[in-house]
Amino acid sequence: MTTRLAMQRRRATTVRVWNQFRSSRQGMVGLAVLAVFVLLALTAPLLADVRELNPVFARSQGNPQWAPPSEFGPLGTDYIRRSVWAQFVWGSRVSLFVGLAATVLTIFIGSVVGIISGFVGGRLDAALMRLTEWFLVIPFLPLAIVLASILGRSVWNIIFVIGVTSWPSTARLVRAQVLTVKQRLFVDRARSLGAKGPHIVARHILPNVSGLILANATLAVPISILTETTLSFLGLGDPSSASWGKTLEEAFVNGAMIRNAWWYFLPAGLGILIVVLAFTLIGRTLEEIANPRLSSER
Amino acid sequence: MLTFVFVLIFNFFLFRIVQKDPIGSLFRGRNVPQETIDNLRTAFGLDEPLLTQFFYYVRETFQGNLGISYQSRQPVWDEIVAGIPETVALVGISAVLSALIGTVLGIIAAWRRNTWKDHSITSGTMLFYSMPDFWLGMLLLVAFAVVIPLFPVGGVVDAGSQATGIDRFLDQLHHIFLPALTLTLAYLGEYALIMRSSLLDVMGEDYLIVARAKGLRDRVVRRHHAVPNALLPVVTLTAINFGFVLSGAIAVEAVFSWPGLGKATADAIRGPDLPMLQGLFLLFSAAVIVFNFLADVTYGYLDPRVED
Repeated sequence: MTTRLAMQRRRATTVRVWNQFRSSRQGMVGLAVLAVFVLLALTAPLLADVRELNPVFARSQGNPQWAPPSEFGPLGTDYIRRSVWAQFVWGSRVSLFVGLAATVLTIFIGSVVGIISGFVGGRLDAALMRLTEWFLVIPFLPLAIVLASILGRSVWNIIFVIGVTSWPSTARLVRAQVLTVKQRLFVDRARSLGAKGPHIVARHILPNVSGLILANATLAVPISILTETTLSFLGLGDPSSASWGKTLEEAFVNGAMIRNAWWYFLPAGLGILIVVLAFTLIGRTLEEIANPRLSSER
Repeated sequence: MLTFVFVLIFNFFLFRIVQKDPIGSLFRGRNVPQETIDNLRTAFGLDEPLLTQFFYYVRETFQGNLGISYQSRQPVWDEIVAGIPETVALVGISAVLSALIGTVLGIIAAWRRNTWKDHSITSGTMLFYSMPDFWLGMLLLVAFAVVIPLFPVGGVVDAGSQATGIDRFLDQLHHIFLPALTLTLAYLGEYALIMRSSLLDVMGEDYLIVARAKGLRDRVVRRHHAVPNALLPVVTLTAINFGFVLSGAIAVEAVFSWPGLGKATADAIRGPDLPMLQGLFLLFSAAVIVFNFLADVTYGYLDPRVED
């Protein structure tokens, strides 16, 4: 049962954070750019016919092969006559979705492990930290490759693989923050008033950790997106979905570079670059807000 | 050490889960008499309990027997060893260059904080850090090997080249340029950022104020007092990164057809050549573990404040 006072305070904090965010130029630029791409992904059906992704359809339309943008459509065609623009627009959906979903998984696992580890302490903490360290030592991409090769190529497997390989750094950060918070007086006060574990976690720990988790999440999305791109490029992506990474893979494998078919591989990579930058800018701004020491000094 | 044991266990069981029938994979689609299959099964020890198989695996691994590659039918060990020099050359050069250049850029950015130099360095490195490294490679390849044919498109020497000695070396340099450039650009951001943060931390310390009070010039203060103390995290980072040297260039090697471990991995994925992947994974993990250990030791040695 949250009191009205607590809710008022929460609303005030949110407003304060938003105002601080608004005053940061890099944050707003990042947010604006991201909004554009989210809009692009959501309005995909309006912007490009999804049938254009089907090579049989493309052929039946009489599309030329390897056509540069001057000859066909906004972005030309690829090796089997499909519209590159359609791939770009529809690919944004997959790339964004996988990036976000994988990050959600990463943050969820990482936060749960971090909070439990930090709060409970003792042997459970030691054991969990061992596990975390082990994951951190294993080179991340080979592990992802091994898992993806074994699990097979599907969107959900990729999400799972990224989530499972990325959670350790989140766990470490969250745990450190939980330890800091745990030492503060109000936790002891709550305990002396008879509060039990889960209550303390929910009411005291979580609110103080959630800012850090949010900033970390925003910075984790770029990693997820780039990992999905690399995995798709290496051939581990879902064959039936058209992420930007997959577009790059097809371009490479089919000799787009030798032909100088820049319209084929430039847009997808550019899309990734811009989206990743947007998330990075937003994440850095959130970090500065959560940790004021970082901003004006740097 | 314990970690390595975990890696071995993990590696073994993971692949066993997938390879329900390893013998079957060897003879994909071909008709082989059942008797041959049974004989092979015994020969490989596959009719023994799983734990015994695991012992065989460990023993074989330490003897350097990592199995036979599906794709090339050569021992995995040989294939891997063949790829090591190329990868070490490429990633080693790139790691050193990106560390040096990145550190220098980080120093400039911190010392001239909030000037246009700082902003351009920070933004530039962030830009390169945000793109897929292999995509950057693709762009450079098209720009400087296709559009302006300045550099070769792939490989480590020109195909069919009989050159030796200096000529061969120059040819190799010619081929390594673009992939090395790609990796260097992609990774110098990390160094620049860390050096910058570290130096900014150090710049607030008291001993710098003392140095300036003594009347030392700016450049002297920077070179003899600030930078050496700020280098510590960078050194640790470099040591750790060398561990990732072997696995660092998988996609970039694929783009440039650079015949190293990365390309071997990329090719193995397309199989999937499970024994190769297993062996490569083992090697990559071992490298990281070793270098992390070295990094810890180095850090303890360099920073007297750290107690073991």
